[in-house]
Parts: sequence; C-alpha cells; structure tokens
Amino acid sequence: MKTIKVSMRFGQEIVTKPLTYHLIKDYNLEVNILNANVGLNKIGQLIADISGEEDKINIGLEFLKEQGVEFKIFNRSIIWQEENCVHCGACTAVCPTGALKMDKSDWSLTFDREKCVVCELCVGACPIKVMSVSI
Amino acid sequence: MGYKSIDEINEKIKSGKACIFTAEEIIDLVEEKGLKQAAKEVDVVTTATFGPMCSSGAFLNFGHSDPPIRMAKVWLNDVPAYAGIAAVDAYIGATELSEKRGMEYGGAHVIEDLISGKDVRLYAESYGTDCYPRKEIDTYINKDNINQAYLFNPRNVYQNYIAATNSSEKTIYTYMGTLLPRCGNITYTTSGQLSPLINDPFYRTIGIGTKIFLGGTQGFVAWEGTQHNPQQDRGENGVPISSSGTLAVIGDLKKMSTRFIRAAVFPNYGATMFVGIGIPIPILDEDILLKAVVKDSEIFTFIIDESVPKRSKPSFKKVSYAELKSGLVDLNGKKVPTAPLSSIKKAREIALLLKKQIVEGEFLLTEAVSKLPSTNKINTLEIRGCEK
Repeated sequence: MKTIKVSMRFGQEIVTKPLTYHLIKDYNLEVNILNANVGLNKIGQLIADISGEEDKINIGLEFLKEQGVEFKIFNRSIIWQEENCVHCGACTAVCPTGALKMDKSDWSLTFDREKCVVCELCVGACPIKVMSVSI
Repeated sequence: MGYKSIDEINEKIKSGKACIFTAEEIIDLVEEKGLKQAAKEVDVVTTATFGPMCSSGAFLNFGHSDPPIRMAKVWLNDVPAYAGIAAVDAYIGATELSEKRGMEYGGAHVIEDLISGKDVRLYAESYGTDCYPRKEIDTYINKDNINQAYLFNPRNVYQNYIAATNSSEKTIYTYMGTLLPRCGNITYTTSGQLSPLINDPFYRTIGIGTKIFLGGTQGFVAWEGTQHNPQQDRGENGVPISSSGTLAVIGDLKKMSTRFIRAAVFPNYGATMFVGIGIPIPILDEDILLKAVVKDSEIFTFIIDESVPKRSKPSFKKVSYAELKSGLVDLNGKKVPTAPLSSIKKAREIALLLKKQIVEGEFLLTEAVSKLPSTNKINTLEIRGCEK
C-alpha cells in the first residue's frame, strides 16, 4: 500500500469525464480529494491523495495520461518548526486549502498535513521563517 | 468615586492580597458580579500585545577601545547602525537591512542575536581625531561584553489599527502581510480585547513613566509614540475606530528574552520586529474597570484597500474584532477569510505572566509621571520644490 499526492490539470474537453470513478473502480485505488476546481467549459484542477498497490497506482496514472490529464506528483512536504513558531497567523492568510488554521480556543496555529498541497506560499509568508520545504 | 489608590494596591500586592485578572478574564467576572462590586474587589487588570512593530530599535554603547575611536560609521553584522551621536554610541533600527544579505536579515535580527547572547560583528570607521586617533575597528560584541544596550522603540502598542485587503488583480506584499488579489484575504493586527490602550482608551492610568512588561523584563513608557493620534474618531465606549494612540517604550535589552522579542521579515516589504508588551491597569474606580471590560464585539476598525498607492486609502467597511476573529468577513457579498498578524496566543501568555509577576510581588505598579497628550495634530509631509 502506497500513498501519493497528485495535482491534476485537465482540459475542458475531458472535464465531463468521470475520471476519479475509473481510478477507483478499475484500479482499486482510494482517492481522497483535497482540493478541486472543476466547472463546465473551463480547465479543471484537482489535488488528491491516491492510495493503493504500487503497480495499480502506476497504471492508474498511465490511464490519466492517456485521457489527456497533466499531472504532477508532490514529492516534497512542508516542515513546520512548531517550537519556534510565535503563532501570529500570517501563514493562514495565504494558505489556499485551509491546511494552516488558527485554533480559536487558544489561538495556536494548527497544521493539517492531509490538506496541504505543498504550494509553498506559507514558506514565503512566514515572517520568522519557521516554514520550509523538505528536499 | 475612587475606591483605591495605586499605593494601596501596591500594599495589597506586597502582602499577597491583591486581586488580579487579565483583560479577557475580567469580562466574565464583571458579568457575574456586576461592575460596582467587581471594581471594589479587583485591583489590577493585565493587558498585552505581541505584534510586528517596525518603529523599534536599540541604543548601544560599545565601551571604549584602546586606542579609542570616535565611530562615524557603524555596521553590526553588515547592518548599518546610526552613529551620528557620541564616540561609541549608536542606534540600530529594527527595519535597517543588511548590506550583504538584503531583506533576509535586518536590524531586528541583530537585536534578536544580541538578546540571545550571540556574538555580533562590529565594524566601524572614523576620520580620526587628536583625542580619538583610531580610524577603524573590526571586532565582536555580545550582550555580556557590550557596555550598555537598551531598547528604545519610538512607536509601539498602537491603540487599534486598520485591517487590510487588496482589490487589485495581483498579489501585493505589504507591512500587513501578503494580500491576495480580488480581496482574497483580510489581515488584522491587534490583540483586540487584550490590547493595552484599547482597555484604557483615554489614557487614565497609562502615561509617561508607567512601568510595563517589555520583551521579558520591566521597562517603561518613555513618551507618547510617534504619530500618536488621540483625536481619532471614537465609538460610544471611547475606543478609537482605527489607529490612534501610540507609546514610545524603553527597557534593558540585556534582560530581555527571545521568547518575547522576535525578528521578522515580511516578504518583499522588509524587516520588522515582534515586540511583546504587557501593561497593568490599576482599577481605581468603576470607570476604569468599565473601559477595561471592553469586548471584541465592541471594538471596531476599518477594512482598508492597500492596493491604492495613496496616503488616503479607501475603506470597504467597518468591522468588529469579533467578526475579524471569526475567520470570515462578508465583503460585498463574498465571504473573505481573515488572518491575524499579531499573536493572540503570545499576548495571552504575556498577560498571564504579568498577572503572575504581580501576584508574586515581583512587579509593583507605578503612577504615571505625566499624562499622554489627549490632543495632538498629525501633520502630513507636503512636497515643496527644493533648490538644486
């Protein structure tokens, strides 16, 4: 069992196709959609965690390619040095997925790695440089 | 009618009998007990803030070398410090940038490095005089060997501040953080109901000479801050709507802690410094307590469009801090996410720590030596042609 995080872009001509359905049904993959921006007559974008057998993931990705989907696998992750953080909240201003959020009970910063799409906006926005990207 | 004096409160603190609450805790207590009873019982309310405050810096006296130098130009870790004062005095401003590393390292980082005990490279040049013959010095200083180092921040503790957004088509990088296009976010930067001058809106107890918690040690209010603007429009509760009063503060850098002073960089804007400040408010009468129980829902500011490159920027709407802290604000029918820039968690930590220090008798209250101005005209800078 393996999990990869993938960003997918598909053109308007295939935006109506049930691509995630095929990934699940035909390749026995778990697809956890983290962020989606899909609409008729526009380019669709989907970010998802895909889990399953490694060979199934590979042929699933091959299927996406055949369908004309451009995809990028995230092989980096955000590192948060929590012990040095002052919990100001500046990173939450730019986080597009809500992975970085303030906990309203004690105003601590919280980081939900599941929701993170490694866009790296927080790395630039953090005033005290406690966010970085793993290489 | 007054219930007690500052001297009486200090006597209670010394005998371990003082009754102290933070500016958040006091809200529930007054609801429960009523204003009159609470004003008799409560002695002190602690307030705090931990936000980026650009108008900060430190005066340093390096001590004299042998042979001595009258430093004319000074750099600390390649960050220029102002040396146009006496021979070995300099002022390092928080926002001054490194000549070698640019925006990633500034005066605030020099100050943080000094507080943390690190060695900082001191390079200075001079034209040499009969009494100060040395023309150059290149050495290291740290907080233990430097003669004196004290923070003197010309403008801190803003009494309320704007909230910012950006209506333009591109991301803009400001002192209010990264603002996303088409009003993609709103940032705000005060601790609201915990903020010192919001809890003492007419400066009845906070004044020149007031002892405060500054960066982890005891400091003082030195003067009104620059751009102190007490005549800002106020709500019925007296709290200014948008930025108004400010404080200049002073304290011993050698006794500070990086837990409460942190260097910061706002991308494509520059260096600044997070400053942690706590101020105790002595509850001498009902009116002082009434002002100190102010809630986020009763504190308002304006959401300003930072994309307009003018002195006067248009405002979208008036909002309360309760709305800002809820995480979403309605802007022209769109729910816009909000983000704080000042750490409410740290402000709470400071308010609680100051409360503990007072409870334990380590921090006694002071009477202000002089009132902060209640009227002050803000002059703008008009551009006049100069002879070339």
